[in-house]
Amino acid sequence: MNTAQARAQGTSANAGDAAIVVERLVKLYGDKAAVRDLSFTVARGEIFALLGPNGAGKTTTVEILEGYRTADSGSARVLGLDPRRDGARLKPRIGVMLQQDGIYNYLTTRELLELFARFYREPEDPTRLLQVVGLSDAAATRCRQLSGGQKRRLSLALALVGRPELIFLDEPTTGMDPQARRATWEMLRELRERGSTLLLTTHFMDEAERLADRIAIIDHGELLALDTPAGLTREQSTTTTEVRFTAHGAVDVAALGSLPGARMVRSDAPGSYVVETGDAAALLVELTTALHAAGITLSELRVGRTSLEDVFLQLTGKEMRE
Amino acid sequence: MSAPTTTTNTTPGAAPVTQTILAQTRAELTMALRRGESLLVTIVIPTGLLIVFMGLPIVPGGSGAKIAFLLPGILAAAIMSTSLVSLGIATAYDRYYGSLKRLGSTPLPRWGLIAAKIVTVLAIEAAQTLLLLLIAIIFFGWRPAGSPLLALLVMLLGTAAFAGLGMLMAGNLRAEATLAGANGLFLLFVIIGGIVLPLDHWPGIIQLPAQVLPAAALSDALRSALSPAGINGGSLLLLLAWAVVLLVTAALTFKWE
Repeated sequence: MNTAQARAQGTSANAGDAAIVVERLVKLYGDKAAVRDLSFTVARGEIFALLGPNGAGKTTTVEILEGYRTADSGSARVLGLDPRRDGARLKPRIGVMLQQDGIYNYLTTRELLELFARFYREPEDPTRLLQVVGLSDAAATRCRQLSGGQKRRLSLALALVGRPELIFLDEPTTGMDPQARRATWEMLRELRERGSTLLLTTHFMDEAERLADRIAIIDHGELLALDTPAGLTREQSTTTTEVRFTAHGAVDVAALGSLPGARMVRSDAPGSYVVETGDAAALLVELTTALHAAGITLSELRVGRTSLEDVFLQLTGKEMRE
Repeated sequence: MSAPTTTTNTTPGAAPVTQTILAQTRAELTMALRRGESLLVTIVIPTGLLIVFMGLPIVPGGSGAKIAFLLPGILAAAIMSTSLVSLGIATAYDRYYGSLKRLGSTPLPRWGLIAAKIVTVLAIEAAQTLLLLLIAIIFFGWRPAGSPLLALLVMLLGTAAFAGLGMLMAGNLRAEATLAGANGLFLLFVIIGGIVLPLDHWPGIIQLPAQVLPAAALSDALRSALSPAGINGGSLLLLLAWAVVLLVTAALTFKWE
């Protein structure tokens, strides 16, 4: 419970046992800031997600932490080390899955994994790891012939083969089929249970929501919100419930807004409406009565709390792009 | 540094650096042997050039003079095919596919990756040299003259110069541009580098610029080192200068991603 409570707060973990401490990080490309004044702390043993649209600065941030780029100002400590200056000491302790798989086309799956295993003192057994990521059948296949999803899974295996304390995953499930995504989530949860810390970037809402202990929503290189998935949606949903419905016919939005239970009414798309209320039961009676009286057919009705997607939309003002 | 809160994971660490380099070398060699188009340019083309040009009446002189001229030239071409074409193109694609970047976050140090590539190039060149020498000795009656030790030094310098050129392209150009550029330069060097055709067969307007290119420096230094007359110091110095300039420029400009 304590960890859950601690995780619920933005920058709860104290620097002593934190896996990652980022303070006022800035990275400029020309006169454009890719990362602006970004601060967050990742506690040991948690799954932390950077969620944001394309171009939000997620990859730049992660690559600074991996030691690929130098920040223009601010500081980043990874496992207590400076990722740039202490790279040689840091690299054996981290696992990295880049957006680009970076695998050798002319080696087989097993050969590539065995090569990476030789870089570490106490590597994971390649045969077992191939089994874990579901590539046993493709062990003798040249990497060139692997599908996009298989390459992604091999890339994940390469990140894990050194038994890292801290794992960076940049868009880990992009290109995987739904089954592989679920299996990957399960695997990442198991890694957390074994004590590993995971920092992942994603533009999939469901991935962040189901996998992460805490989510940082960033856009234009800035931190917009940082909380647990429940915490991010709680603020909106403790007092407000959304009633969404689809109807055929002329719905009078102003008339709906004057219903006693309605706080706000909006129309997201033609025929699709959202009514915010503090008392869903009362509103539903009023709403269905009013629609029935107006002779409007209700084709879909949903009552729910604000979703992470709504929070994201409110914060960034844009839809997630694939 | 505080200990991790859970202790089920063993403490991870890097393998001994020699082990990481040996593993990478083995992988580089395996890949080099699997690249069909690379074997074509490193093994088939030099061997073919030697056999075809021995049969053509282009090079003057009897059979003995012919092989004494052609073998050093073909050895120079073999060096270019490995260090410029094969290394350059493979590295360009390593960079294109993000393999170089990916290795950057493993315990294999950068210099270790470079060492692995050097060992791979030298191993392929040793095989090429052995093959070409055997063909020259068995089929064309070639006998060593001059200084084999100096010839070896020249071959190493030539490798440095052309590996520098290959890496300069691989680290700065798109992979497709390196592919086209390395092959194009190789062809140009074979034609005007004193490889299969003496430079003085060309008119002055081609001969003069061709003389200062690294290909002519390598073929002339190697040919003179293997001749009774002894090594041409000018060519050796020119090759050394090319090696230094190309390697330093490649090292300073190389982009890993």
